[in-house]
Amino acid sequence: MEKKKPVTQESFPFIASAPSPTVPVPPGPIPAPPPAASRNEVALTIDGKTARVPEGSTLLEACKTQGIDTPTLCYLENLNPVNVCRVCVVELEGARTLVPACSRRVENGMVVRTDSERVRLSRRMVLEFLASSVDVSTAPELQSYLERYGGQPERYGPAAQAAGEPEAGPAGVHAAPDGLTAATVAQPVKIDNDLYVRDYGKCILCYKCVQACGEEAQNTFAIAVAGRGFDSRISTEFSVPLPDSACVYCGNCIGVCPTGALMFKSEYDMREAGNWKESEQQRTDTICPYCGVGCTLTLHVQDNQIVKATSPLDQEVTRGHLCIKGRFGWQFVRGKDKKKSS
Amino acid sequence: MDLHIAGQPPERDERAAVDSVLGPLQFGKLESHHLQQERPARSQRHLLLPVLHAINCRIGWISPGALNYACGRLNLPPAEAFGVADFYGLFSMTPRPRVVIHVCDDIACLMRGAPAICEHLAGRLGPAGAAKPSAKLTWLRSPCLGLCDRAPAALVSAAGREPWECALAPTSADALLAAAEQPERRPEPPPVAASLSVPQQGQQELRLLRRVGRLQPESLEDYLAEGGYEALRRAVDLGPERVIREVIDSRLVGRGGAAFPAGRKWEAVYRARSTQPARYLVCNADESEPGTFKDRVIMEEDPFLLIESMTIAGLATGCEQGFLYIRGEYPVAFERLSHAVRQARKHGFLGKQILNLDLSFDIEIRRGAGAYICGEETALFNSIEGYRGEPRNKPPFPTEVGLFGRPTLVNNVETLVNVPGIVLWGGRSFAGIGTPGSTGTKLFCLSGHVARPGVYEVPFGASLASLLDLAGGVAGTGRLQGVLVGGAAGTFLSPRELDTPMTFEGTRAIGAALGSAVVMPFDDSVDLSKILLRIAAFFRDESCGQCVPCRVGTVRQEEALSRLFGGHAEGVGQAPLQLAEIGQVMSDASICGLGHTASSAIQSALARWAEFSDLRQGSVPED
Ligand SMILES: Cc1cc2nc3c(=O)[nH]c(=O)nc-3n(C[C@H](O)[C@H](O)[C@H](O)COP(=O)(O)O)c2cc1C
Ligand code: SF4
Ligand code: SF4
Ligand code: SF4
Ligand code: FES
Ligand code: FES
Repeated sequence: MEKKKPVTQESFPFIASAPSPTVPVPPGPIPAPPPAASRNEVALTIDGKTARVPEGSTLLEACKTQGIDTPTLCYLENLNPVNVCRVCVVELEGARTLVPACSRRVENGMVVRTDSERVRLSRRMVLEFLASSVDVSTAPELQSYLERYGGQPERYGPAAQAAGEPEAGPAGVHAAPDGLTAATVAQPVKIDNDLYVRDYGKCILCYKCVQACGEEAQNTFAIAVAGRGFDSRISTEFSVPLPDSACVYCGNCIGVCPTGALMFKSEYDMREAGNWKESEQQRTDTICPYCGVGCTLTLHVQDNQIVKATSPLDQEVTRGHLCIKGRFGWQFVRGKDKKKSS
Repeated sequence: MDLHIAGQPPERDERAAVDSVLGPLQFGKLESHHLQQERPARSQRHLLLPVLHAINCRIGWISPGALNYACGRLNLPPAEAFGVADFYGLFSMTPRPRVVIHVCDDIACLMRGAPAICEHLAGRLGPAGAAKPSAKLTWLRSPCLGLCDRAPAALVSAAGREPWECALAPTSADALLAAAEQPERRPEPPPVAASLSVPQQGQQELRLLRRVGRLQPESLEDYLAEGGYEALRRAVDLGPERVIREVIDSRLVGRGGAAFPAGRKWEAVYRARSTQPARYLVCNADESEPGTFKDRVIMEEDPFLLIESMTIAGLATGCEQGFLYIRGEYPVAFERLSHAVRQARKHGFLGKQILNLDLSFDIEIRRGAGAYICGEETALFNSIEGYRGEPRNKPPFPTEVGLFGRPTLVNNVETLVNVPGIVLWGGRSFAGIGTPGSTGTKLFCLSGHVARPGVYEVPFGASLASLLDLAGGVAGTGRLQGVLVGGAAGTFLSPRELDTPMTFEGTRAIGAALGSAVVMPFDDSVDLSKILLRIAAFFRDESCGQCVPCRVGTVRQEEALSRLFGGHAEGVGQAPLQLAEIGQVMSDASICGLGHTASSAIQSALARWAEFSDLRQGSVPED
């Protein structure tokens, strides 16, 4: 073996003065802003009418009490709002910019407009931006919003040639546009396991799957946002296939994905074969038989076959989250059936 | 959370790089069960960025072996750490040559020979970033390196056991290739006189720049001989509340771009002491706005001034720990400030017993790693904490919930270095300089087509025209086409607007903003469409990608501009309306200031396009 020079601090002029690990970080959890006391009511004006809602509510909740249907994409009631999609923005008197309804808390005397020209323009543009850069074919909710706001995603030009895998090159580098086409996030579907596929060409980067995999449900942290700007993407470390990652196949990320970017392999295969018929499917709620926790499962059945399993968000035990057995256990049932019948 | 760390154990160099920051592993040989046992506190995450720097410096890229080892030591999931590393432009997630030349092709350099340098390098080394990992060197295009006064500029870095970085400006393709020839030895950049960056050097009226050129930046002795640390002594005599009173009375306004009154922040952080004993001071030295280099000049030429200023701020507001976040592309500033911190500690100006009194304050220096967005204060907190540099939602504001969730005072370098003067000469006297709305003196960054580029200090109130005069007038053809004020996030002004007072209120009155005080004139030969395309590309590259309006809007904006200027038949007619709508959604619905201002320069130029075209037609034929 080649003899190596001993490593000393002097050999690293830049590192020698790097910080020591002794920075006093205060002990204990990071303090969160105090939760608002819920008894008190707050009065605000929404679209000219007075609304009274409990203190601590969000503008989204306040709008709901007025029967106003606010579009949302990155919001989900069982996750902390990340407020990144900005489709829910409303106009708040006195604020320089629009504010996200999903995370902004109500304050006494707020005057809010939810359907002004400014609001409509921003919502339409956000939807056009997404629909012109992402494949939204399995995102019916987004499509319906697009129609509601009259978005025309075609106007940015035909989709640019897919650049292939997006992970090459350091952050902050891109090829100049050709002046004709519109860049998209189109890329090959990732099929690297039998349980679910990842089609990031359909990803609107709502961060929900990362939340569900991490602190807010699964605590596995198999996936995170990588890259920067338009090249941001959901990724495992060094883009390794899922079986090499920390993933435990709880499927919670599939459960929260609003665009079908994450999809049961069974659903994906059926869609590819043209056999997926959502309108013909029946849903049955049952209790997961695998352990004593008692999670509610919603089984989606088509032609007497279970085709996927979800869990209702408002269910107390799971709040929509499951484990591999609940999420995918039915596949073994079906697998056996298949073997029998063949 | 159970960490799942796959792959090979680290190579020796990989481990050494990580250990250089975290110290050697206690348990001897690393085996997987050690990874499970050795569980440092979760709060060590803030060391991730320094560890990534060490890895990139040593190995030349962020290798899986090194990253996994770091994750085991920091108790971090590899996917998270990967996502953080991949956020920064200076880190490579794939193998690449040891020597990297970062060539600035941003606005000022674009006008001063950067295209020719890039072409030459492409001829010699192939397209940017294309070199094989086994090659000796590679080159990349870089956003503004903060050396616009000496354009064209480049930064050369060599990884290895004895890594080095070297900023070269002005430079040439030959000089760069020569520097990269010998990765074993750091090239000696030709000495640059301080007077080159500070043409006013030595003038009596200077306040902030008065010591520049009069002292050895490394010498605490020189600093003391030039009146250094008198302000700290005075501040200690006055006590926190009086110091804060003076800062309020001075009506000092933040110089980092957002123009927020400094005294209000200081007071809020001081007040928070009753509920939050642990609070932080952060000095924002991430200076990355294209065209801006004032903070670099202060840090390189008078580093102790910044250390003294931070110490006053820390003691006054009761923050025992300060962080100085310097942009990754400023190796000289980093070295000089690191040295200054060590000297100050050694001589009792930092640490537990400052001035031999029962006063405690210390400074950690952190380096950015190539991300403009980390200059946004909440993105900067995330970056220090070891997360992706994504801005946080406001409210809550930093003075309530800032770094590590604690009340935090964040100020720009220039804001802070005003404080010693305020302490010594009084807030009222400071407020007497300048205009009622913009008090004190201001540093302006002049580059582009001016005869004498550099940092200029003037009392607030000077007009744009007088600033150009101060810098020797319009260079190039000598005939002015327009001026970019405030940087890429700023506004283009036409020659008609030269009498605009360069104050916060004066620029606001015409719908512009002072921003980071960039003043960059263009002569009538410049093809402004190229400049606008460069600005659009900048925002596309630097958007953090968190929110849709900015992540996609910056892309669509660049595309629509290139449609407009490319003259492609379809869509040209639609382009102006599209650009206006893209601009509106970005400024209305984005999360942070980057998105809010990403269309400002472009919209302002298009609004004055006819004027600019007339001026251009008058001189050279358009190409
Ligand atoms: C995209 C973006 C980049 C910024 N970059 C910087 C910077 O490099 N330096 C700086 O001092 N402030 C920068 N700011 C402003 C900071 O968010 C913050 O307002 C400032 O540091 C506060 O200090 P001040 O009050 O002393 O100006 C930036 C803001 C945005 C939105
Ligand atoms: S299946 Fe579960 S563990 Fe795997 S990525 Fe999704 S949320 Fe994370
Ligand atoms: S994969 Fe789905 S859940 Fe995850 S960020 Fe993309 S759209 Fe959201
Ligand atoms: S505006 Fe741009 S930089 Fe700011 S949070 Fe949104 S995507 Fe990130
Ligand atoms: S739903 Fe509010 S920002 Fe996405
Ligand atoms: S250093 Fe090149 S533009 Fe600033």
